[in-house]
Amino acid sequence: MKKTYRKFLNFFMLFLSSLMAFYGIFWLFWILGSLFINGIKYLKPELVYLDPTPPGVEGGGLRPAFVGHFIITSLATLIGIPAGIMAGIFFSEYGRNSTFFKVLRQITDIMVSTPSIIMGAVVYALLVKPIGHFNGLSGAVALALLMMPVIAVTTDEMLRLVPQQMREAAYALGAYKWQVIKDVVFRAAKVGILTGVLLGVARITGETAPLLFTALNNNSLNLDLMKPMASLTVTIFNYVMGPYDYWHKQAWASAFILTMGVLLLSVIAKTVLNGNILKPLSHIARSFTKKGKEVSNSW
Amino acid sequence: MVETQTALKKRMEVINLNFYYGSNNVLKHINMSVYDRKVTALIGPSGCGKTTLLRCFNRMHDLYPGNRYEGDILLDGKSIFDKDIDLIELRSRVGMVFQKPTPFPMSIFDNVAFGLRLKGVKGSKLKDRVEKALKDAALWDEVKDRLKDSAFSLSGGQQQRLCIARAIAVEPEVLLFDEPTSALDPISTAKIEELIVELKKNITIIIVTHNMQQAARISDYTAFMYLGELVEFGPTEKIFTKPEKKLTEDYITGRFG
Repeated sequence: MKKTYRKFLNFFMLFLSSLMAFYGIFWLFWILGSLFINGIKYLKPELVYLDPTPPGVEGGGLRPAFVGHFIITSLATLIGIPAGIMAGIFFSEYGRNSTFFKVLRQITDIMVSTPSIIMGAVVYALLVKPIGHFNGLSGAVALALLMMPVIAVTTDEMLRLVPQQMREAAYALGAYKWQVIKDVVFRAAKVGILTGVLLGVARITGETAPLLFTALNNNSLNLDLMKPMASLTVTIFNYVMGPYDYWHKQAWASAFILTMGVLLLSVIAKTVLNGNILKPLSHIARSFTKKGKEVSNSW
Repeated sequence: MVETQTALKKRMEVINLNFYYGSNNVLKHINMSVYDRKVTALIGPSGCGKTTLLRCFNRMHDLYPGNRYEGDILLDGKSIFDKDIDLIELRSRVGMVFQKPTPFPMSIFDNVAFGLRLKGVKGSKLKDRVEKALKDAALWDEVKDRLKDSAFSLSGGQQQRLCIARAIAVEPEVLLFDEPTSALDPISTAKIEELIVELKKNITIIIVTHNMQQAARISDYTAFMYLGELVEFGPTEKIFTKPEKKLTEDYITGRFG
């Protein structure tokens, strides 16, 4: 009696959790699926290399947005990753016993979930107002500020997972603190830290709100960071709201490219760092050479 | 003759040492000598302060705030608490092997080379010293074909011998062992014990152990500690056959602990 009840409970709970998982996955795949279908349908090569046509005139592409988006996110990543990782290292390795840094760490936690539009407003006050007009640099800074807390918090958490004994073992060999951090602790946590970096990059790649306040938009190609710069997200936002059918199609296609870009980036980064693709291959190669050696030895 | 002469040489000396975690007096008035190229075992029940004492010898406690030493520890006659002492240098002279194997996330070779690289050893000299350390740690034959593999691919016992190789590569004068075999199986334990006896030809060894048989097997001197105090210190044979204090006898014979 009791046994059948337990079995039933086990089955029921398993069913329930599977159901919930499918529920979540269903919506995700719905969104991704419609993005995929519509994106591919409207995907055209000239989207990347043609400038936009005047409103209402069909054709053209979104070259300024692609170039601008690449510049802004790259620059934001360049500022955000080192700063975020350094902050994380500081929280975990230097500030662990200081109340001041514990409070700072709490604030960083809160900053992870700051609405991005607020970050846009802050940078508007700091960089757009003094300069006098919207500019690409302020967009990059706003995105960097958004990704920094994400990276800092994950870095800190990953570094804390490294066993204290490993640090002590390095100290016991006569290493300075920075050598312990650089050569042992950081290495042990690098996969986790990369996850944080990817989360950060993924977050800023899809941001629109902070760019509306900072980089704004530009209909012609612009490489000058001090001038308004187009981005894919803002362009998609404008085009979706716009009245023309071809705008909607271009928005679909750009959204598809943007999503695939983030996906590709995370796949590449993970395989490079884990060596997931290369590792089995090297093992196979080595097993062959070992066999060869043994044979030659026995001769 | 030579034996007795070296036996008399004190490599380290603990003089009236008190140690505090915050306001908690963990070690009380410890006085003992560590003789050159001998194995000194620290035994006693859990929480008696033997690991705390061990970690005083290379000032590992300095990594954490709120710890305080009183009294003195001499290394070759010089206080390790002197203001001009360089902790980095002290720790390369007094090495340490931990309870759990602590390989670094890098290759077997790089693990052993870690301490040497910190000291600026490079090129073929580095290779030679790594090979020598691995041979001295009785690990060379098992890893010579896969020095580039991750250290995590080794078994627990091999990892511990790798940590010993890493520690002896920098040629320390004193090597501290903190229950090095408590996480290992009997065969790996026997190998480590053999290794310790082999190593004492060149290195002074202090070992913390829970296992009294182990202390009896490998050590030359034994210190019995209880509740932060050093109850009795002397040649292992004497401690285990005719201890002076009743408490020591009770512990050795397994009446408590």
